Amino acid sequence: MTWLIFAALFWAATWYLNSWIANGPHAKTRAAKLAVPVIFGITIIVVWEALVRGLQVPSVILPPPTAIAAKFATSIPILWQDFFQTFVKGALSGYLIGCGAAFITAVLIDRSPFLQRGLLPVGNFIAALPIIGTAPILVMWFGFDWQSKSAVVVVMVFFPMLVNTVQGLAATDSMQRDLMNTYSASYWQSLLKLRLPAAMPAIFNGLKIATTLALIGAIVAEFFGSPIKGMGFRISTEVGRLGLDMVWAEITVAALAGSAFYGIVATIEKGVTFWHPSQRG
Amino acid sequence: MNKILPILTVVAAIFVLWYAAAIGMNKKWALDQAGRAGIELSTNDLIADTWSQDRPVLPVPHQVAAELWKTTGAMVLKGRAMSKRSLIFHGWITLSATLLGFVIGTGAGILLAVGIVHNRAMDMSVMPWAIASQTIPILAIAPMIIVVLNSVGIQGLLPKAFISAYLSFFPVVVGMVKGLRSPDGMQLDLLRTYSASGNETFWKLRLPSSMPYLFTSLKIGMAAALVGAIVGELPTGAIRGLGARMLTGSYYGQTIQIWSALFAAAILAASLVGIIGMIERRMLKRMGVKP
Repeated sequence: MTWLIFAALFWAATWYLNSWIANGPHAKTRAAKLAVPVIFGITIIVVWEALVRGLQVPSVILPPPTAIAAKFATSIPILWQDFFQTFVKGALSGYLIGCGAAFITAVLIDRSPFLQRGLLPVGNFIAALPIIGTAPILVMWFGFDWQSKSAVVVVMVFFPMLVNTVQGLAATDSMQRDLMNTYSASYWQSLLKLRLPAAMPAIFNGLKIATTLALIGAIVAEFFGSPIKGMGFRISTEVGRLGLDMVWAEITVAALAGSAFYGIVATIEKGVTFWHPSQRG
Repeated sequence: MNKILPILTVVAAIFVLWYAAAIGMNKKWALDQAGRAGIELSTNDLIADTWSQDRPVLPVPHQVAAELWKTTGAMVLKGRAMSKRSLIFHGWITLSATLLGFVIGTGAGILLAVGIVHNRAMDMSVMPWAIASQTIPILAIAPMIIVVLNSVGIQGLLPKAFISAYLSFFPVVVGMVKGLRSPDGMQLDLLRTYSASGNETFWKLRLPSSMPYLFTSLKIGMAAALVGAIVGELPTGAIRGLGARMLTGSYYGQTIQIWSALFAAAILAASLVGIIGMIERRMLKRMGVKP
């Protein structure tokens, strides 16, 4: 009971604190913008812990955060091995191949308006389909190891990336292209000096969408068969053994890897598209 | 015509590549069989065989189409549309979970967005997490949700709907917050000169101008909800639903079954997103948004 009262009080106190910061004079500062979400996150974890203890929720339903942290700390070698198998071997290789292939395809079809008009709607259509369903097929074709995961990721990231790159390459206006014409720039010159740089915001948009898709593809493909390591494998087997603290630890790794991957791509974007209005804010 | 011809060309090219790939990938099996029977296959026979195997590595489009028809249209004609061998039955299982989850997820998402727009503390606390959550592979928790809800006695439709709701929730929150904030200062000032209350501003300005953003995120949310329902069907022991068809197909090497389930899912996704698009066009047209 004391745990429940503590949870309610803690929630009320931090909410009051957050309201006070958000409506106070310093709300626009960087520190406040960082502090408020961090306080909110800590509140969620503390209330979670207190509720699980107070209501005596069995750990096979919802383990408390401290148990997850303990499990995380003691099983770092396994987590690292799973992370390496799923993220580095499966997701990252597929991400590079898929995005690279889509980029090259987009540049190739860029010379033909006919192909563009045909591929763009088809690509948009395919990008909206549940491509994750190809996972069982690709696992059959490429075996249980990371190659099949990589293939799933390639298929998943290809079309969003293609569509974004094609749209990006069309982002210049006729005035800019005319200017390049008056310089008598060749096709490749105007591609490298004008249209690729102008396409970068859209290309990075595609790259950022693809980071999440890559991780999802690699993890879900492991549900269809995998060697005895990997994040998806660990999640599905530990769920079967009701080892939920391990599942949450894997999810923590997945969340950290996902946001770090996205963050790295976003940082590169900041450097490359520093000229774009959205980055100058 | 200017639009349709290129699309048809691309689709035709995909079919040609597909048939060609099927020859290459199914050749080994056909040659093995012929070698064992001691027959020499002519090129024509070989091609015919690769396009008509029972368990090909890559089934060709007409085999998938035939399987789709056999498990949908033919079943209806026999009056057994809801039998366990019918894809309509499995599709309905998946569709009902998708729709229920989509409704819950978008409803909650819109409510949270309204809260975020009207409460600064909520905005600053929740919004960074909502955005960060889009970079996280949320789908990874699907098996856990299924098993945990199962162990507290909730089975069937709800756990899958819960995953769908969870997946469609965040895109709607982010899109809807953007939409509700889209009226510019001039428009808000105009309503202030009318001395409109916050309530009136919301119903007459913010909500209408958020509609284009809402529909964009609804389409993303619908596609995500379907993926959630399919993945949610994987760890349940998998007997019903499109995801289950894919899983059992992969256990027993029934490639044609996997492909037909995949296409059923694709058709489902395309029509759901298409329906939202249609409503969007109708509604925006009536609201006088640009054609």
